[in-house]
Amino acid sequence: MPDIEAKERKIIKSTRKLSDILFENATFLFALLIAAIVIYIFYEMFMDSAESREKFGFGFITSLNWDSVRGEYGAMTFIYGTVVSSVIALIIALPVSIGVAVFLTEIANSITRSAVSFLIEILAAIPSIIFGFWGIYVLAPFMRTVIQPSVQSVFGFIPIFGGSGAGFGLLTAGIILAIMITPIITAITRDVLKAIPVSQREAAYALGATKWEAIKMALLNAKSGILGATVLGLGRAVGETMAVTMVIGNKAQIKESLFEPAYSMASVIANEFAEASGTLHISALIEVGLILFGVTFIINSFARLLIYSFTKKAQTR
Amino acid sequence: MTEEKEILTVSPGVQTDKTEFNPEEAYEKSKFALETENLTVTFNGREAISDINSKFRKHTITAIIGPSGCGKSTFLRSLNFMHDLTPGAEVSGSIKIHGKDISEYDMTDVRRRVGMVFQKPNPFPTMTIYDNVAAGLTLHKRQSRKILDETVERSLRLAGLWEETKDRLKVSAMALSGGQQQRLCIARTLAINPEIVLFDEPTSALDPISTSKIEETLYMLKKDYTIIIVTHNMQQASRLSDYTSFFYLGKLIEHSKTRTVFTAPKNKLTEEYVIGKFG
Amino acid sequence: MTDYYSMIKNNSRGRKLKSRVMLFLCVFAAMLAILPLVYIFFYTTIQGASSLNLEFFTELPKPVGETGGGMANAIAGTAILVGLGSIFGIPVGILAGIYVTEYSKNMFANIIKFVTDVLSGIPSIIIGIFAYGLIVIPMQRFSAYAGGFALGLLMIPTITRITEEMLKLVPHNLREAALALGIPRWKTTIRIVLRTASGGIITGILLAVARAAGETAPLLFTSFGNSFWSSSLDSPMASIPVQIFNYAISPYDEWHRKAWAGAFVLISLVFIVSLIVRLATRNKYSQSA
Repeated sequence: MPDIEAKERKIIKSTRKLSDILFENATFLFALLIAAIVIYIFYEMFMDSAESREKFGFGFITSLNWDSVRGEYGAMTFIYGTVVSSVIALIIALPVSIGVAVFLTEIANSITRSAVSFLIEILAAIPSIIFGFWGIYVLAPFMRTVIQPSVQSVFGFIPIFGGSGAGFGLLTAGIILAIMITPIITAITRDVLKAIPVSQREAAYALGATKWEAIKMALLNAKSGILGATVLGLGRAVGETMAVTMVIGNKAQIKESLFEPAYSMASVIANEFAEASGTLHISALIEVGLILFGVTFIINSFARLLIYSFTKKAQTR
Repeated sequence: MTEEKEILTVSPGVQTDKTEFNPEEAYEKSKFALETENLTVTFNGREAISDINSKFRKHTITAIIGPSGCGKSTFLRSLNFMHDLTPGAEVSGSIKIHGKDISEYDMTDVRRRVGMVFQKPNPFPTMTIYDNVAAGLTLHKRQSRKILDETVERSLRLAGLWEETKDRLKVSAMALSGGQQQRLCIARTLAINPEIVLFDEPTSALDPISTSKIEETLYMLKKDYTIIIVTHNMQQASRLSDYTSFFYLGKLIEHSKTRTVFTAPKNKLTEEYVIGKFG
Repeated sequence: MTDYYSMIKNNSRGRKLKSRVMLFLCVFAAMLAILPLVYIFFYTTIQGASSLNLEFFTELPKPVGETGGGMANAIAGTAILVGLGSIFGIPVGILAGIYVTEYSKNMFANIIKFVTDVLSGIPSIIIGIFAYGLIVIPMQRFSAYAGGFALGLLMIPTITRITEEMLKLVPHNLREAALALGIPRWKTTIRIVLRTASGGIITGILLAVARAAGETAPLLFTSFGNSFWSSSLDSPMASIPVQIFNYAISPYDEWHRKAWAGAFVLISLVFIVSLIVRLATRNKYSQSA
């Protein structure tokens, strides 16, 4: 019936009131504002770091120098501190988080589940300043008097456990970060595990698998989602400021030992920005911020894409 | 009954909305409340209903029947711009209300003239019974308390819910049973005094007693409103309606007097559906 | 499927033991995760509650060496900063959330969602730098405006996300019901849809506000700090977290006690808000069930 196909059809359009159009555009503008802000943050930091970028070029990233008296700046020590403390945090937090998520989805009864989830939610909401404060007065002394001597008495010959820190250092920062990112990784891993259909676990049981083997199947199926959760936790650890600043020792150096003090990108900004000596110093600090922004942006984008694609896949299954 | 009639003719707050258009004059002009011509609805280019030509007489009940997915609801929803919310939906052809093309009306005005009651009861959960019924008026413009009180009572009476709720109008609408909620939704639709009321399988989610109450209400409403009801219950169609339209695969197969459709259908498909060969 | 098969072939007693051990480790992990929370909570309570008195809420900080004094200016400052942040963050968050669920039909919704997630992942110290460049530099002074703006920015992603989620839970048929009554779309959205979702959105806002109240990093070089009452919003302003930070890294015991008291106030706020949110959401779930 080609002639019917070709026939001109009169479309019935809905008329919209001016108030409707105005309201829709207002909400659109606010949504756009969020995007504009994110772009503008990048733009502003890029412009404000111009002085430092022009003076030091790419050498800024690789240089170990951070000397405000002589006006020489390089970010390597901070990058090192951020990366190492975050990696330590992930190594500790990942197994714990997966364990908690498995506990919440597969083991706990409904009362324990809601109690434990509630406590973990609170843990996520505690301000980082309190973690840092607690780190100074509880965790750091504990590291100095208990952990460091006992670890060194056994593994002291390994360089990363050598040294003579005073409780403030990379490992302490890593532990604090681990505590802080556990709730995030747990929450997303739990959601991801929940998205795995029950039928898969039933199939495993039907084939005679033990409970753990069934759970392992679920975990393997959820691995891209769990990876997303992990990367998101990494992003949070990289950007964490106050708690790290208070326990990492704030010394711009790279030492083999994890017990030695170090410095992170966020910490140096927090400590020096308000009292910076001159425009080059500010510019260098903003460049450190720009690197931090870039790194967290990439990490977070990657994590979100992993999580989006996992939940989409789980929904269509 | 006479009392209701009286209240109905008063309802001053609602009549003032429609000043630019004189209903009496239009009533004279056309004996049809609603006409469609080549009405076609496509979703993302795929036709759901095509070339529906239909006319609905004033003060009658027309039942629309047909197997699931035949386009009954799609047709009904196109009559008051309900496809506006669906992305990818496109309505073409022409719709006339009282002989006047739908494009000459404002969209919200069309919706106020062509009310709709949905399959599942959907009272506003944050509102009381009273506020639910009054919502169409209060959210349109400020109204005096007196007019609101009158309209709420009139509408609840028409929907057969007044006796059950008159002592608890300030209670949340969610406290009502499913059947009561559906009658509340009918009252809410009647409160804005539409000329045509569309019912999209209004009793399919309800128990038999609630269903019969709503059917009674519909039958009484006929004298003041033009009613189009989508139903998949053949008994309901034959009990209630004056006219019946049979839809199949997005086409209007037959539109006749209900008795004709159920006793001597002109189309073979209609006959097969009515006697239960498919569907 | 071959995986299952190879599993079953292995000896079953060993597998059962392994299963037991692994499940025990999961329970252990849960205890381990909660341990620091319990420790921090009780430690802060013990340290803080003992130094908490009426003076803490009514007096200005005293200089080193003098006993007594409080954090009245910091408490008021946090309230003002969070208030300023809310004025900016709540409308932006809610309206953007409305746009994403109610209006955008295409890729743009996903882009906005993604951008919101990116914004929530930006370290708060970066937000501080941004507010510094945008407000402190042009005004040539630290100010409450800059601090409030930074906190507002930090609140936006949480509020947008919760608005989206809550609006999505509002049944589609309520929108239809309202539109079928001839109520314009925008009024339907505000008076029916937003209203129905308001409980969930308010809990989300509470959460965002509590979180903003505890933020330190973005305030360090925006609102800065102040040992006295701030004379106006365009001057530096004290806040509880910054005050805690300054006291915590000082060498004076008296200041440490004050900092613990401040920490106790913050942690109580977080606890109370979390409890409210929990109770509110539980209520809602049981209602819908």
